[in-house]
Amino acid sequence: MSSNDQGYSAANEVSQIKSRRTLSENIWRGLKTAPPTAIFGLTVITFYLTVGIFAPFLAPYGEAEIFDMAYAPWGGDFLFGTDQLGRDILSRLIYGARNTIGIAVTTTFLAFLIGCSFGIAAAISQNWLDHLLSRSVDVLMAIPSLIFALMLLSIFGSTAINIIFIIAVLDSTRVFRITRAVALNVVVMDYVEAAKLRGEGLGWIMRKEILPNIMPPLVAEFGLRFCFVFLTIAALSFLGVGIQPPTADWGSMVRETAGLIQFAEYDITAALTPMLPAAAIALLTVAVNFVVDWFLHKTSGLKD
Amino acid sequence: MSNQNKGKKGDVLLEMRDIVIDGFSDDKWHPIIKGADLVLRRGEVMGIIGESGAGKSTLGLASMGFARPGCEIHGGTINFDGIDLIAATESERRQLRGSRIAYVAQSAAASFNPAHRLIDQTIEACLSHGISSEEEARSDAKQLFADLQLPQPNTIGDRYPHQVSGGQLQRVMTAMAMSSRPDLIIFDEPTTALDVTTQVEVLASMRLIVEKYNTAAIYITHDLAVVAQMADVIKVLRYGETVENADTRSMLSNPKKEYTKSLWSVRSIEKEEAISKDIVLKVDRVDAAYSGGIKVLDNISIDIPRGQTIAIVGESGSGKSTTARVMTGLLPPLKGAVLFNGKPLPPMLKDRSVEQLKKIQMIYQSADTAMNPRHTVRDVIGRPLEFYLGLKGKALDDRLVELLNLIELDESFIDRLPAEMSGGQKQRVCIARALAAEPEVIICDEVTSALDQIVQKGILSLLLRLQKELGITYIFITHDIATVKAISDQIVVMFQGKVVEQGMKSEILSPPFLDYTNLLLSSVPEMDPDWLTGLLEQREKAERLS
Repeated sequence: MSSNDQGYSAANEVSQIKSRRTLSENIWRGLKTAPPTAIFGLTVITFYLTVGIFAPFLAPYGEAEIFDMAYAPWGGDFLFGTDQLGRDILSRLIYGARNTIGIAVTTTFLAFLIGCSFGIAAAISQNWLDHLLSRSVDVLMAIPSLIFALMLLSIFGSTAINIIFIIAVLDSTRVFRITRAVALNVVVMDYVEAAKLRGEGLGWIMRKEILPNIMPPLVAEFGLRFCFVFLTIAALSFLGVGIQPPTADWGSMVRETAGLIQFAEYDITAALTPMLPAAAIALLTVAVNFVVDWFLHKTSGLKD
Repeated sequence: MSNQNKGKKGDVLLEMRDIVIDGFSDDKWHPIIKGADLVLRRGEVMGIIGESGAGKSTLGLASMGFARPGCEIHGGTINFDGIDLIAATESERRQLRGSRIAYVAQSAAASFNPAHRLIDQTIEACLSHGISSEEEARSDAKQLFADLQLPQPNTIGDRYPHQVSGGQLQRVMTAMAMSSRPDLIIFDEPTTALDVTTQVEVLASMRLIVEKYNTAAIYITHDLAVVAQMADVIKVLRYGETVENADTRSMLSNPKKEYTKSLWSVRSIEKEEAISKDIVLKVDRVDAAYSGGIKVLDNISIDIPRGQTIAIVGESGSGKSTTARVMTGLLPPLKGAVLFNGKPLPPMLKDRSVEQLKKIQMIYQSADTAMNPRHTVRDVIGRPLEFYLGLKGKALDDRLVELLNLIELDESFIDRLPAEMSGGQKQRVCIARALAAEPEVIICDEVTSALDQIVQKGILSLLLRLQKELGITYIFITHDIATVKAISDQIVVMFQGKVVEQGMKSEILSPPFLDYTNLLLSSVPEMDPDWLTGLLEQREKAERLS
């Protein structure tokens, strides 16, 4: 090169190099700046998870252990009394966390697996496959999902596996929509074209080129979807086609003890009994929403 | 339009002293502008030039008392016609913006609201500042459209932004800025996104209107030749500091600082043209269209000789990039074929074998979008090595380092993400990715147009060196004639989907010219402050004669 370069070298070119943080540093940084609502949400979620995982050690009695005192009042041997068959409400609440959350998480994962794969594939192909998938999803979304789920569950039977599959498929339609929408923005990037030119297969482009770039909105959507799945399962259980007894579950616990509300004028604690599982459901959905809001706010770069 | 008593020409309008602006990132403040001064007189046009990241736009915006989100003005004084902009409240500053100071942004397409008519957006500032009544503003806007030589000045304002061309939109934005007859207009790279032929028209009309209304202007650009046409004085910025400050003529003829001199000497690469009869890639009578629409390519035939650089030039929409898409197989042609080493390539990308794909590689205009932001350099360059050559483990690492050295980077880059490199470095990595496949032909689609002059020069010399060492054939798609002059052996001129002319560089770039080639060549700004004036006179004369 000629002399007027003044020692120009590509490696020393000015660039604003940001020092990269490790994942743990990033998480710690995020936590330090998190708003109180998010901290509250995270605390609640951690608490639920701990209860769910260590249920057998935390619960004073067994999940389906029956005592000869149905509808026992609060206090004494049974902190929150017993239900219509004489099972300890507290123990069932604790086991319920494990069952309901476990099934909801599995269902949401499955919904994302289905929705994301088809969504990205549709975004890449943009031909008959896209049309076929999008129109099928439209058809599924046109039917009210709770009624559809009720119908399918009465046809196939209310086993845990069926619940997971049916709700996952119904919910994956929403995941499909959002994945396709965000993936469309990434598909037009030159690096995807470069990968196609290189001769890469569909799977590689989906996993390596597109998925890493659409993660933030999907993670946020995961939290939101989890809430809906969780509520759907509780609703189905409340209607009697969800998780079947003797497995403890919050939705069916509300139904089983709902009758106690009418005794409010005699014993206020008895009337509160059906409120406990309901409150457990409400608190978790609120907590998850707080965390999701914070995450969305962070990743979208919105400032208020 | 009645305005506040305008001062005399030559009075100081804007005075900025010791400006310090910091940007906030990574929990720290980083200096962007380190104590720059700027003095602008009424009726004067100041050009600010420098590489990207030099702080040009930040300084330009600061003259309105404005700092981008994440930036703050931490020191210095800004005095605009007796008003201290730093001490002023935000609402006072707002009163000035759009009425006495106006701003013309780089991308007009992104700055207009697509849902409103042009004229309504043009007069919005006038109305909201209460400068004139709606009727007055409308008729004045039409006058401005006429001043800016827009076609059908009386009705063009009724169109929506998507209904006019990019150059016209940029001029409408100038009219918008001018509508309130401001004392100062800031042009922030207003012609960077335009073709050379359009750029000339926009520059001419901008200069005309600034002169006519005696407005002071700050013209921010990285293109020296452009600034030479527009500015009375030039300020060279680097790393947030003033390098040199002088009037245009003395700056051009006698730059004092080393850095300024280096900016001037960038367009000095030259290549001896070589003749080769060995055709590696042949585009044979190709027609192409996008999904059944109108024909974008019409009977295109191009012969690409081995080991040489062939430049495809033309304005946007002339079919340059479409030709590249046909060659790569992304767009199957309606008619005709692409022959590689004499054998026809399958028209569809998915029918081509890995061996065929490997031989033709592509480098894109924007390295930012051409590299996956989540992939490190190792992933970006390593993947073709693994995919085409089956390299693994140590062999892969060795080859990676070899390639990095080839593009004048070192091993420390291996684990960097695209966001951790400068524009030029990113483009080098893209070159390495193409080289990794060991191709015979590389298609370079406007590879230098997003880069600064010095970096451009580095990239072009690198490409030339690689060609000499490895015997690669380049197909260079560009609208920058300076680049073409620097590196090509042969030139293909395209216009509206047709090949207008094809031949050796020396034939095409010397008279007699075809009409279109002449227009294209004469539109490239030269480093002469009288160039634009001369060109306009010439064209006017030619028009009168015909």
